[in-house]
Amino acid sequence: MGFRRVAIVGAGITKFVRRAQETPKELAYEAVKMALDSCEMTIKDIDCVALGTAPDAFDGVHMKGEYLIDGAGGFRKPYMRHYVGGGTGVFSPIHGWYHVASGMFDTCLVVAEEKMSTCHPHPAGAFLTIFDHTTEQPIYPTLIWIFAMEMHRYMHTYGITKEEIALVSVKNKKNAMDHPSAQLGEEITVQDVLNSEVMAYPVNRLDISPTSDGAAAIILAAEHVANRITDKPVWIDGIGYSLDTAYWCTRDLCYPDYVEKAARMAYDMAGIREPSKEIHVAEPYDPFSYKELHHMEGLLLCKRGEAAKLTADGVTQRTGNLPICPSGGALGVGNPIAATGLMKIIEIFLQLRGEAGKRQVPGNPTCGLAQAWGDLMQVGTVVVMRR
Amino acid sequence: MYKRVAIVGVGSTGFRPTTPDVSYRELTHEAAVRAYMDANIEPKDIDGFVSTSEDFLEGYSISDEYCNDQLGAILKPISTVPGDFIQSLGQAVMMVRSGVCRIVAVQCMSKVSNVLTLSHVVGFAMDPNYNRPLAMHPDFIAGMEMNRYLFETGSSLEQCAAVVVKNKRNALLNPLAGHGASVTVEDVLNSEWVSYPLRRLDVAPPADGAVVMVVAAEDVARSLNEMPIWIRGIGWCSDTPTLESRDWGSAVYTRLAAERAYKMAGIRSPRSEIDFVEISDEYSYKELQHLEELKLCGPGEAGYLTESGATEIDGELPVNASGGCLGVGHLFDANGGQKVLEVVLQLRGEKGKAQIPDARVGLAQSWRGVPTTTGAVVILSNE
Repeated sequence: MGFRRVAIVGAGITKFVRRAQETPKELAYEAVKMALDSCEMTIKDIDCVALGTAPDAFDGVHMKGEYLIDGAGGFRKPYMRHYVGGGTGVFSPIHGWYHVASGMFDTCLVVAEEKMSTCHPHPAGAFLTIFDHTTEQPIYPTLIWIFAMEMHRYMHTYGITKEEIALVSVKNKKNAMDHPSAQLGEEITVQDVLNSEVMAYPVNRLDISPTSDGAAAIILAAEHVANRITDKPVWIDGIGYSLDTAYWCTRDLCYPDYVEKAARMAYDMAGIREPSKEIHVAEPYDPFSYKELHHMEGLLLCKRGEAAKLTADGVTQRTGNLPICPSGGALGVGNPIAATGLMKIIEIFLQLRGEAGKRQVPGNPTCGLAQAWGDLMQVGTVVVMRR
Repeated sequence: MYKRVAIVGVGSTGFRPTTPDVSYRELTHEAAVRAYMDANIEPKDIDGFVSTSEDFLEGYSISDEYCNDQLGAILKPISTVPGDFIQSLGQAVMMVRSGVCRIVAVQCMSKVSNVLTLSHVVGFAMDPNYNRPLAMHPDFIAGMEMNRYLFETGSSLEQCAAVVVKNKRNALLNPLAGHGASVTVEDVLNSEWVSYPLRRLDVAPPADGAVVMVVAAEDVARSLNEMPIWIRGIGWCSDTPTLESRDWGSAVYTRLAAERAYKMAGIRSPRSEIDFVEISDEYSYKELQHLEELKLCGPGEAGYLTESGATEIDGELPVNASGGCLGVGHLFDANGGQKVLEVVLQLRGEKGKAQIPDARVGLAQSWRGVPTTTGAVVILSNE
């Protein structure tokens, strides 16, 4: 298509916690500093900044992007914020990619920050304001209700049981024990998940990712610059994003068409024909346990309704044929919305470089994928990366 | 890589102080239909979309979810820029230049009449630890900045008032404008104080409206439109949000954004190469300050230029022939959309009584309003 090739050359990520002592600016600063240090660059080497952060209501700051400028390294630089609800994290490298691929900038700092703990007593109150004011808000829906509906529909359509879905929580929380940023790494059993409180049937507490504070940052560079910065650039070879209708009650919730559409866009760009064979490691978005399965199907990594079986067979373990969420995902590492997506990008970056330490998947993976999802269950964002 | 990008269709709802007859979704839809008809395309022809929204002003969290249906963007690549429209236009330019999209639609919208407590909402943009507890009306920032600007440049209150007089009069010629009026310098100087030295008529009153534009790569642009308006240069930049450490006397963000846009457009001498400008005038002094930062005149000269009539529609350098924010209305993040729209219409020669003769190169500039320090500049031409 004639764009410039873009590489990720550095990455940084703060610890994900329930209540950070740092201000949002400080969280962003910490991640940016780590990213710059990781590739021995300074803020002077950065041409522009792309900021990703989800609703203003979380941090309680109007025009949150403006507030974050100096923490995110945007002082006196071309600085633009982008936003696609919960999909923002994986859209942020796409936004940064546009900056560099278009030839307008050589290096781009991509920052994602979220501080959800400023919402008292819980961000669920802020989430009420994402619904339609006339048809939905009057019944005081919570996010968990609508995901309970989606999960129920998914289970019903394919005959999947709660035990099979609980395996995702068990796997991801265990994987997270090896992640230095993790908030909820622990060893649990399927029984623990089923015995945790029912939030809205069929969703139990341990099926849900926590609310978190945290930030992540990566540095993108055009090919001729990237090769000067590092011996091990990781290339962004495919990007895709797609937004479905806001009238979510009018679609069949059993399958995420928007994720498939986004994935096909990214696969076309990266020249991938058989995703289940060509993708070696994947980080689909898992804010709820069933979402990981749902997204594996949307990403065409397996047939519809088959993801639960792959999980039960151990295929999605780190040592399996198709490792899914080796980081621990949102369920284990934590879910500061935008930062989670970028955490997933960073995980694939480290896996492809062979620098994931205890989390490293075997077999020298060369191609990986990260995906996020959000808005009113309507957006899919996908990035395909290669070594 | 497509180096040249053009605007091939524009649509707007017009700008009114209040729009009780339509919802914010209908505003977007109306502007989109007009833009697509103008470009002679259908939604299925569009490869990508960019919307512009800022949650607290829309009254929604994740407000971007409610504009894709209206734009015809179902299951298509669309993302939101919580920034000014000219930044969104920058995103569209990058989408086309990278070759991912050949046709992109860009949306912005203001339905600020829905906001009951505007100053409180804007107050939420202040630093929550240092500034918000002071509970000041956000206009005090503009008052302080105006005072510093007047002190540093020696400009006078009368010169600022002349901007108001000119812009509100220009707006009377603009059928899309919502706040046109015949006022005199005395009227401005006699209106009540907002925050010294800022008076009520120095402040742009809010308005509703939506703008949608269609942007295309060179080969498509020529086939769609007899007179594509070329985006020759675009730049955006942010200074610090911290009130305590910012440079109060100047608008550094506009200077840096303009430098990028001029470089991209190959403009060395802005004053002689640019025929007319539409620049941010949320407060009267801002027009003067931005004229200087855009290097269209020297420091402290903008006030004299305005008093001499050089910035009138028939002057040597027409500034805000549309009426600007003071005459059209303050559209928040849609301000940039209104300004680019005016530049496009002028370059196409569609402005009727307010037409600037021989307009070939125009510049639109925006600022995101208090308390921000983010500005964007775009340079357009019809050849």
